[in-house]
Amino acid sequence: MSELSIAQKKYLIAQKKHKVTVRFGRLLIFVVFLLAWEGAASYKLIDSFIFSSPSRVGLCFVNMLLDKSLPGHIAATLFETVASFLLVIFFALSFTILLWFHKRLSETLEPYLVILNSLPKSALAPLLIVWLGTGYQTIIVTGMSVAIFGSVLSLYTSFASVDPEKIKLIYTLGGKKIHVMTKVILPSNIPALFSIMKVNIGLCLVGVIIGEFIAARKGLGYLIIYGSQVFKLDWVIMSIVLLCIMAMGLYGILGLAEKRYLKGL
Amino acid sequence: MEKLLELTSVSYSYHSLKGETLALSNINFTVHKGEFVAIVGPSGCGKTTLLSLLSGLLEPEHGSILLYGQKLFEKGNGTIGYMLQHDHLFEWRTIEENVLLGPEIQKRLTPRKREAVSDMLKTYGLYKFKDAKPSQLSGGMRQRAALIRTLALEPELLLLDEPFSALDYQTRLTVGDDIGSIIKKEKKTAVLVTHDLSEAVSLGERIIVLTKRPGTIQKIIPTVFPANLSPLERRNTPEFKDYFNQLWKEMSENE
Repeated sequence: MSELSIAQKKYLIAQKKHKVTVRFGRLLIFVVFLLAWEGAASYKLIDSFIFSSPSRVGLCFVNMLLDKSLPGHIAATLFETVASFLLVIFFALSFTILLWFHKRLSETLEPYLVILNSLPKSALAPLLIVWLGTGYQTIIVTGMSVAIFGSVLSLYTSFASVDPEKIKLIYTLGGKKIHVMTKVILPSNIPALFSIMKVNIGLCLVGVIIGEFIAARKGLGYLIIYGSQVFKLDWVIMSIVLLCIMAMGLYGILGLAEKRYLKGL
Repeated sequence: MEKLLELTSVSYSYHSLKGETLALSNINFTVHKGEFVAIVGPSGCGKTTLLSLLSGLLEPEHGSILLYGQKLFEKGNGTIGYMLQHDHLFEWRTIEENVLLGPEIQKRLTPRKREAVSDMLKTYGLYKFKDAKPSQLSGGMRQRAALIRTLALEPELLLLDEPFSALDYQTRLTVGDDIGSIIKKEKKTAVLVTHDLSEAVSLGERIIVLTKRPGTIQKIIPTVFPANLSPLERRNTPEFKDYFNQLWKEMSENE
């Protein structure tokens, strides 16, 4: 390989410096926040009974792990979120394919989908409890209700924006509408599907927590609502932190899958 | 020469809520087997509509289109190959998978077909890129792959819809030469639509000039060049200039 020029070396150093500064800044915010919170609680600037503190949250986490009460809550929320996410993807994709094949049906249903998508889904949760009971099914359906209508609308828009010339190509090769779907629409929409999935995983988590607030005996949402009722605010804050980590992890897994797919292209 | 395609009094209109637009009116011409016909005309004169009619993607409102004396009605039935303006090679497929798309769709992906396509890839210098993705190929190579994709169905008639227009001028000349020679070598009948007069003269054995919308046939100009000249070599002959000027005059009258 040829020797790098001075200007190129300078450029690379500047880029590296930029990356390190951003990473350091992120870490700094986190550390300063934790220290300020801990310090404020220790010096009684805030009431640690109400606002908790990093050390109390950490202790609470360890204690609940040791008494084996926490893993069940985490597993319940994780299971409900992943289940509702997978069901949303399956139903949204199937329904969008159906709409794409039947233009008249899609035009007929469009206003209903828009209304259902704009509806605050938390308003549906009490109804779902009455209809489905207080089991995990209700929570999964609540999780689905938050993401499904938006997913159908986004996917349909994405299907409709495929280059008509690519569709024409399939017809010129003797293809039918089914070939347009399998050879062009679906493969060209995989990146869009990944973007929708990345949004959905967060939305499903929101829906699941709403469901757990109202209808659960297990899960981090239940822990938050129960903790606030019995003034165990360490539970509440620890659950929120765990939800952040869970959201980040699930999003990260999807990001990795997307990266892998794009690398294969 | 055997008559391959025959158009009689073909007309076509587009319909919208705002009204009806007559795109083509009373088109009559024939294409013989092994012939290379070029169609030129001003923008919006219905050149692409004409190709869509010839490919069976659209049905004429009036008149008839006969292929070997039989009515052409089936959409893209394999006897007609259509090469679009852009190559539209799918990025999620390798070059080999792209060129085999037609046989795959038509469930004609036999070992013999694979072999025939491999041979074409070898002949036209793309075999070593068969496992590459389209983004790894140059514009000219992509266009060659698109032609092989069209030829993979062994069509009787090739329709070319400004297939070089997306390329830069230099590549356009070499790819035009390349593709013109491939079509000759494969003994295919071709109809090329273009707005580039020099391209029409260098490739066409007959040039059909369309009027502005609604497109009708203004003139059909047969070209005669010394035998076995490639499209690029044709450009260096005195006849080329004459035909070009004649076409230019026809197009200017069209304005």
